[in-house]
Amino acid sequence: MSTPKIPGWKDLPAGGLILEPGNAEKYETGEWRSSRPVWDKDKCISCLFCWIYCPDGSIMVENGKVVGIDYKHCKGCGICARECPTKVKAIKMIPEGQEE
Amino acid sequence: MGEKKALTGNEAVALAMKQIEPDVVAAYPITPQTDIVQYYSSYVADGKVKTEMVTVESEHSAMSATVGAAAGGARSMTATSSQGLALMWEIVYITSSARLPIVMPVVNRALSGPINIHCDHSDTMGARDSGWIQIYSESVQEAYDNMIQAVRIAEHPDVQLPVMVCQDGFITSHGLENAEILDDATVKTFVGEYKPRFTLLDPDKPVTFGALDLQNYYFEHKRAQAEAMKRSGKVILDVAREYKKLTGREYGYFEKYRLDDAEVAVVAINSTAGTAKVVVDELRQAGSKVGLLKPRVFRPFPYKEIADALKHVKVIAVMDRADSFNAFGGPVFNEIRSAMYECPAPKVISYIYGLGGRDVGTADVTKVYDHLLAINKTGKVDSLLNYLGVRE
Repeated sequence: MSTPKIPGWKDLPAGGLILEPGNAEKYETGEWRSSRPVWDKDKCISCLFCWIYCPDGSIMVENGKVVGIDYKHCKGCGICARECPTKVKAIKMIPEGQEE
Repeated sequence: MGEKKALTGNEAVALAMKQIEPDVVAAYPITPQTDIVQYYSSYVADGKVKTEMVTVESEHSAMSATVGAAAGGARSMTATSSQGLALMWEIVYITSSARLPIVMPVVNRALSGPINIHCDHSDTMGARDSGWIQIYSESVQEAYDNMIQAVRIAEHPDVQLPVMVCQDGFITSHGLENAEILDDATVKTFVGEYKPRFTLLDPDKPVTFGALDLQNYYFEHKRAQAEAMKRSGKVILDVAREYKKLTGREYGYFEKYRLDDAEVAVVAINSTAGTAKVVVDELRQAGSKVGLLKPRVFRPFPYKEIADALKHVKVIAVMDRADSFNAFGGPVFNEIRSAMYECPAPKVISYIYGLGGRDVGTADVTKVYDHLLAINKTGKVDSLLNYLGVRE
C-alpha cells in the first residue's frame, strides 16, 4: 500500500478550514496514549457504561455487546476503566510498553 | 461626484459604515474611537440600518463576536483603539488565520503605560505582524475612502483577510474637515453583496472553523496566509483604480509629494504627512529640493515600490510615531531602510516623534528637513537614531 501524499500549502482549504464532516475518524489519536485500557472479555457484563462515557467513541460495540477497544483512536484517558462497575472491573489501565 | 460635508474622522468612518451597512457590528467603546460606536448605535436605534449591533463587555468579546459572526457568513465589523486592540490580541491573530474578511477602523492611540489617551501608532504598529492588512489615513477624507475600499479588498476571493483602517486619534478622529461623501446607493453598489466562501450556518455544506492544527499542517496554513497577503497588493491597486473612477481621488500604496526630483525626503504616515506637506512647500519656495513619501499601505509592505520611489533621494528620514524599543529606530524606519538595501547609497535615518500625542508642528518637521539638508551638504550622517520634540 502506498502512503497517501500529504497536500502542500496550495492544495489546502484557506484558513485551516475542514470541509469534510465526520472526519475525526481519519485522525488517529491513538499515538497520544501513554497507557492503554485492557478489556477482559470474560469479566465484561456489557453494561455499556464505558461506551457512554468514552469521549472518543473508542469502545467497539456489536449487537449491544462490547467487542473490544479501538486503539487507533483511544487516547488512554482511563475514563472507561474508572466507570467500569466496581464489582466487574473488566477494564484496567496498563502503561504503554508494559506487558499485560 | 458626492456631497461636501464637514465631518470629524470618527463621523466619517461611522457614516461609511452606515453606507456599507454590515450585517453585524460588535463593539465596545474606547477613547478616541468611542464616537464611531456611538454614532453607529444611533443609526441602529433609529432604524437607519438593519445591522445586528452586539454590545459586548470588552474588546476581547467584541473581536470574538465579530469573528463568530464572520464565520457565520455575515459581513462583520468592529472598531477600536489602543488598549482595546491590546485586549483583542489573541482574536486579532485568529481572525487573519481563519481568513475572515473583517474590516476594523482603528483610531490610533498610545498604548499604556504610562496611561495616555492621545495619538501615537504604538497600537497598530504592534499589530503589524498579526496578518491584517493595514491602511493608514492622513485625513478625514482618506479615512472615509479607505473604509469603503477596505471592504472590497478584504472580501476579494484572492485575499480573504481582515483590514485595519487607521487614522490619528483626536487629530483626525475629532478634527473637523470638509470631506466629499458618496451617496448611499453608490457605496452599496461599489461594495456589493458579501458572498462568503463558507458559513457555519449552512447545514448542507458543513464546515469546521478553528480546528487543531499541529506540526504537519500549521506551517502550510501560515504559508498560504502569507501568500494571500502578497496577493492583496494587486487587489489594493485594482480597487483603488475602480474607486478613482467613482470619485476622482487617487489612491495607491503610498502618496508621493514633490518627491520625483527631491534630494532629501521624509517618510511619514497619517496626519503628520499633512504637516510635512506644508513644510515641503515652504522649503521648496526657499529653493531646497525636498519631498515626502506618505505610506498608505503598511501591510502588505510594498518594499519594491517604495524603494523605487525613493532610490534617487540622497538622504531620507523615516518618522515613526512608535518606538520599537529595539535600540535601532522605529518599525517603519526598520522596514524602509531594509527595503532600500539594494539601492545605490541612500542615507536613511530614524526620527521617533509625537509619542502620547506630543504635538508635531511645522517647526518640528522643519528641523528634520534641516537635518537632512545638512547631511546632504556634508555627506556625513552625524546622528542615525533621533528623537524629535522630546525634552532633554
